[in-house]
Amino acid sequence: MILSPIDMTALAARLASLDEVAGRSLWADARARFMRNRAAVGGLIALVLITLFALTGELIAPWSYEEIDWAVMGKAAELGAPAMANGHYFGVDDLGRDMLARTAQGTRISLLVGIIGALISVVVGTLYGAIAGYVGGRTDQIMMRIVDILLAIPFMFVIILLLVMFGRSLFMLFLGIGLLSWLSMARIVRGQTLTLKGREFIEAARASGVPAPIIILRHIIPNLLGIVAVYATLLIPEMIVTESFISFLGLGVQEPLTSLGRLISEGAGTMRYGTIWQLAFPLFFFVATMFAFFFVGDGLRDALDPKDR
Amino acid sequence: MALLDVNDLGVSFATADGTVNAVNGVSFALERGQTLGIVGESGSGKSQIAFAIMGLLAKNGRARGSVKFDGTQILGATKPALNALRANHIAMVFQDPMTALNPYMRVSDQMAEVLVHHKGMSKTDAIAASAQMLDAVKIPGARQRIRLYPHEFSGGMRQRIMIAMALLCKPDLLIADEPTTALDVTVQAQIMQLLAELQREFGMATMLITHDLGVIAGFCREVIVLYGGRVMEQAPVDDLFAAPSHPYTRGLLAAIPRLESTGGALRAIAGSPPNMTKAQVGCPFAPRCDMVLPACASTMPDLLPFAPARARACNRRLEDMA
Amino acid sequence: MTALLDVRDLQVSFTLRRAGAMPWQKPAVLHAVNGVSFSVKAGETLGIVGESGCGKSTLARAIIQLVPATGQAVWKGKTDLLALTPSQMQPLRSQIQMVFQDPLASLNPRMTVGRIIAEPLKTHHPHLPSAEVRARVQLMMDRVGLLPNQINRYPHEFSGGQCQRIGIARALICEPKLLICDEPVSALDVSIQAQVINLLSDLQRDLGLAMIFIAHDLSVVKHISDRVMVLYLGRMMEAASKDDLFAAPAHPYTQALLSSVPIPDPARARAKQAIPLLGDLPSPMAPPSGCVFRTRCPKATDICAAHRPEAKLGTHQTACHFA
Repeated sequence: MILSPIDMTALAARLASLDEVAGRSLWADARARFMRNRAAVGGLIALVLITLFALTGELIAPWSYEEIDWAVMGKAAELGAPAMANGHYFGVDDLGRDMLARTAQGTRISLLVGIIGALISVVVGTLYGAIAGYVGGRTDQIMMRIVDILLAIPFMFVIILLLVMFGRSLFMLFLGIGLLSWLSMARIVRGQTLTLKGREFIEAARASGVPAPIIILRHIIPNLLGIVAVYATLLIPEMIVTESFISFLGLGVQEPLTSLGRLISEGAGTMRYGTIWQLAFPLFFFVATMFAFFFVGDGLRDALDPKDR
Repeated sequence: MALLDVNDLGVSFATADGTVNAVNGVSFALERGQTLGIVGESGSGKSQIAFAIMGLLAKNGRARGSVKFDGTQILGATKPALNALRANHIAMVFQDPMTALNPYMRVSDQMAEVLVHHKGMSKTDAIAASAQMLDAVKIPGARQRIRLYPHEFSGGMRQRIMIAMALLCKPDLLIADEPTTALDVTVQAQIMQLLAELQREFGMATMLITHDLGVIAGFCREVIVLYGGRVMEQAPVDDLFAAPSHPYTRGLLAAIPRLESTGGALRAIAGSPPNMTKAQVGCPFAPRCDMVLPACASTMPDLLPFAPARARACNRRLEDMA
Repeated sequence: MTALLDVRDLQVSFTLRRAGAMPWQKPAVLHAVNGVSFSVKAGETLGIVGESGCGKSTLARAIIQLVPATGQAVWKGKTDLLALTPSQMQPLRSQIQMVFQDPLASLNPRMTVGRIIAEPLKTHHPHLPSAEVRARVQLMMDRVGLLPNQINRYPHEFSGGQCQRIGIARALICEPKLLICDEPVSALDVSIQAQVINLLSDLQRDLGLAMIFIAHDLSVVKHISDRVMVLYLGRMMEAASKDDLFAAPAHPYTQALLSSVPIPDPARARAKQAIPLLGDLPSPMAPPSGCVFRTRCPKATDICAAHRPEAKLGTHQTACHFA
């Protein structure tokens, strides 16, 4: 037996004289690197501001997103321009609804779609890919062929079909986007798992008898999280674009709810009547969100992948 | 005049954790046709010396001091000047031949390219000359196998190809950076034997960089021992092994497991290699030295000659080293 | 006395499907280990030497079922490890532990040193109170020469030698009977290598461990082993006690290996003539007929191509027609 009482007291005496040293994890390193990246930090701040706007914008606006200001309805081009006086800080749309409230609400839906899509892809895709990669053999073959088949289906078509068949609802939109977002994540994660699997620390865990589910959760996934986080931040804008496109086609969220894509679509339609603000504000938030996510994703990749330094 | 004259060479890297001084105040000279061994453990800066001489430092690296080749300053020379130098006078053999060879090009094309480009030979002549050189490095069936791609050769054969390429332009100086570290012992023996033969035959000055004192012993005449980016000791090879004058060299020689020993515990050097990201004060070996003096923590001793062709950098006097 | 581990006719083969091969085409078979037999007694060190591609690492992994193998590996005279199901193998895994070649790569970069060392203990004794786990980990860190107050640090904060100590602590925390070391010092500098070799032999003596020590460096193997086995292309060439093997190597391959070791002594290095090995290692996919070493052997004759030499039983086994 290695653990004898005499050893223990001797060790305790030695330990008392030594202060425990705190470790500096790879995450802490990555955080420090991220914080040094100005574009990424700027993107992060922009994202925080956009999120704040999406959450509180409607509280600032004197009007709600579905209320129609009868005073300016139909005269949007003349009376509905952005102004402090009538309380429409971002102007109104062609139906006389407040653009500030609508933009805030639309941004919220778009962010929600992006984040939920990315979340589904992170959870499902990571687990699926890690299991396929780690178990390997026939299981891997079957699991990855399923992904291939799903990827071969034109997914825009499926989402549109879902929305047409089951009616346009937020739930269907999330379902459709979620169903498809995890596929490429699963592929990326599987590839990474295959390389990780050959690493000696996985072999060490197997050699000492650590069960496979624990190896996946304790050894594989934490070492994948870097690449998953990077890919997820780049996936969010992709989800937002997808939703915007569907909404642009008029199949997305239902009136009076709106999203950035829908607002842009409406704004583009009424642009020639001189209501440029109806396009400008949603477009600004859309573009700003995209850029912010790309900068953050880029920063994350640089921070989490020290090889590129 | 020495062929290669390195004076007070320093190499530093700007990294996210601050400046890393990989090499500090290294000076040595290499005469024509001579063999010099640079021995050191990982992190000693031995490879960075070679990269600095060749002008191949990483982007964040900076070299200072002076490196004169045949009397001409080559540290900080322009790119064309360095290219001309590398083409005609200095050649280098790397540790991993696979990274130095282009995997998508036939060996014949890679080798001929050098001659066509630098010597203005015709392609046919260049390939013939290349095949001849492959013969010289003892690749069997060179004339046929020159048409193959690098991955179709074994590790030892690839290293031979690297050596053949390095010798194509008949360099005055060959720098071999850990040429056998990636190889098995029997192949290592073949390659070192080959290098020794070629060195005698072509008469080029050779700088061998390695961590293996055994490889140095069989090949070099002069040896420089590096630790923590500084020269600890410089000596002719026989003197170094017979009477090491620095505590580090002594420790290193005692730590090697030897075939002729009868077992028993090895004499290890306690402690860990220095962390090069931290600023150095005093002798880098001081924390691990069993003959350390109070001065060692604060003063880096100069490299001082004490016998013909020998120099040491140690605060402890040679007479006091028991 | 029965051996702790008795391996008989161990075979490991990998089937390699060429890229783009059709499903009905027969895949190529690579015999990484081909009929190797040896035994390890309690408290003894067996050194396994060979160059890259000789199957020495595969052999180690086969014993603990990291790669599938056929043959027999009898543990303590009773259980055949190779016949066990994974769940039957599980309790024995704490008895046989492994130390890996690359010190840093064998440690999970996202885990603290304390969690890394504790992992085998927690796997095999899940009900151990966490205070005791911690105490044992710190004691073990102290034993392998790490400061116990560094328990919360991460692998990248340690040097190569220290990482290898962490790997050794992890392997020993469950108090195994057999330690398999796969090139534990090849990636380390000479001065650090000596520290780790000394640590391993101290631990072995104090804990009465049996060890399988795999290396390509003959002088390291000589230092730590009681008996030595030489492998080439998946087959045993020679096996003998350390003293016999190094004093009187009988197999031409062992002789060539020994003569290739660089000697850190200039006068002797210049005087010595290495026995040159002809050519390259043959492809393990298509090993030579008869004796696998014959294509590079200076003594090879027709009989070597026709018949594979069997090692005679005894204390000094040599698989050569001329030994």
